[in-house]
Amino acid sequence: MPETRLEVKDLCYSYGNARDAADHVSFNVKKGQFVGLIGPNGSGKSTVLKNIYRALKPAGGRILLDGEDLLKMSYRESALKMAVVGQENELPFDFTVEEIVAMGRSPHKKLFDADNANDKQIVHHALEHLGMADMANRSYLNLSGGEKQRTIIARAVAQESDFLILDEPTNHLDISFQIQIFDLIKRLNTTVLSAIHDLNMAALYCDYVYVLKNGRIVLEGTPDDVLTVENISNVYGVDCCVSRHPVTDKMSITFLPAGIKTKE
Amino acid sequence: MGKVCTALAVIAVLTMILATGMGPVTVAPLTTAKILISRIPLVGNLIDHSWQQLDENIILGLRLPRVCLGLVVGASLAVCGVTMQALVRNNLADPFILGVSSGAAAFATLGMLFGAFSFLGTYSLSISAFIGSAVTIIFVYMISRVRGRINIMQLLLSGVAISMIMDGITSIIKLSAPNALGLHNAEFWMSGSLAGAKWAYLTLPLAVLLICMTVLMINYRGLNLLLLGEESAGALGVNVSRLQKMLVLLTSLMAGVTIAVSGTIGFVGLMVPHFTRLWVGGDHKRVLPVSALLGGILVVWVDVAARCLIAPEEMPVGVLTAVIGGPMFIWMLKKRGGQRA
Repeated sequence: MPETRLEVKDLCYSYGNARDAADHVSFNVKKGQFVGLIGPNGSGKSTVLKNIYRALKPAGGRILLDGEDLLKMSYRESALKMAVVGQENELPFDFTVEEIVAMGRSPHKKLFDADNANDKQIVHHALEHLGMADMANRSYLNLSGGEKQRTIIARAVAQESDFLILDEPTNHLDISFQIQIFDLIKRLNTTVLSAIHDLNMAALYCDYVYVLKNGRIVLEGTPDDVLTVENISNVYGVDCCVSRHPVTDKMSITFLPAGIKTKE
Repeated sequence: MGKVCTALAVIAVLTMILATGMGPVTVAPLTTAKILISRIPLVGNLIDHSWQQLDENIILGLRLPRVCLGLVVGASLAVCGVTMQALVRNNLADPFILGVSSGAAAFATLGMLFGAFSFLGTYSLSISAFIGSAVTIIFVYMISRVRGRINIMQLLLSGVAISMIMDGITSIIKLSAPNALGLHNAEFWMSGSLAGAKWAYLTLPLAVLLICMTVLMINYRGLNLLLLGEESAGALGVNVSRLQKMLVLLTSLMAGVTIAVSGTIGFVGLMVPHFTRLWVGGDHKRVLPVSALLGGILVVWVDVAARCLIAPEEMPVGVLTAVIGGPMFIWMLKKRGGQRA
């Protein structure tokens, strides 16, 4: 039984509206697992993740990272334990790709430490791992969306924490980049907690999924168990066909528009 | 990096020698250099005393404090601009544009009028200016924060509104209590000038600049990370709210003490960081020292122009920076619009 890395208990958060954005959310992430958070827009995926990576302060509940209370850790300590690839990747000023990736080394640095040869090597490895070694000196602002996302993931790699939190990392990207990015992340072999919009992607990459709806976890299990016609209809309100794909051996979901359904 | 800073430091020294000699009465650069070197301990005795006493008086009594003040004020304003830009994540931030200078000036005049901080002696003016800039920064920052993000439209507009309010207050004070203002009249606050610089004016701004610069250089990683956004900065180990509070304090300090001695010299904090970033990139480890040196050099030369253009009359240096900086601001604003479209 692998150890538990992250334990979220009764997490509550509200933006001040009538309904809580996260309502007693509880779940676990075990070491080495690729865990997906899925659910419709506005179901609270990002809210839950932001509470975990400390962009928001929980109104209630507990978050334990490696058994320690996350909110009592210093920001530096939590940054050493988990790396985040968020949704905001815009920069007001120009930096080179290498400089951005080197920022991942900051939690390892004390006040007066300079970047040393070891840091350079780690940054170089991270760039290589993401196939960006030849782009090290390119200006970040001139990169395409997919390249920017790879840079940010390289930064998370250079952070050398073995727990990765991803907030819809492939949002707005072409399908080729989506596959590329998830493949790269899978190859890192670390513990991952990711919000995923696309159910087919979740089926292909996740070991375990939690389904959020209206700020609550309504379902959990392996993608095979969770992604059924009935569940998808209940959570998303759409009809679909679900079958095991002969090549991937994973669940494959085809959504059915109203017009086609009536022909059956 | 080292080379750029060394080159700029050399230029700064040359600037001191050349700019000290220039003005309504010109002193030859060689003579200026001799006078300056004669004042350096140990080396000084090697120089033979071959200049007129008048020149020495002009150089050491009038020009040198003015040039030194120009360097300190320019460096402070540029570093202040860099810091504010990191704080609001936008390159259009500048103490003048966001109304901080006006706030400092208004509080400084208020302080003079009511003698509110007079128990603090010599520094009462600087301290009231500091409080004014801190209040303005906090106001502008709070008004322009929409759902946890700085909205650039709100930022610029609230800056305009607050600077109008503050300039209004300064004018009212000037009109209602003209004699309370002494040396510093409203025109001084609104257009900035280095005329009348004394050695005594230099201590506090220099000390503040050195302290702020040290603290900022120690935290250069934090400044870089802040540019990624608050969420990313937090995830990379920065205590964001603590860093932001510190930056507000540092910018208020620098803006306040600078404005207390020089009035409002606008756009230096806008132009200098912009060109610095084009030159050396966005890393604050390089941007901070290069901006400081460039800012100092720029203000000294603009001040030379201010005292030479219509000699023997003087132009306030702030008028000239506004004439140069205003179009720059418009150009940057247009460029931004183009990028987004």
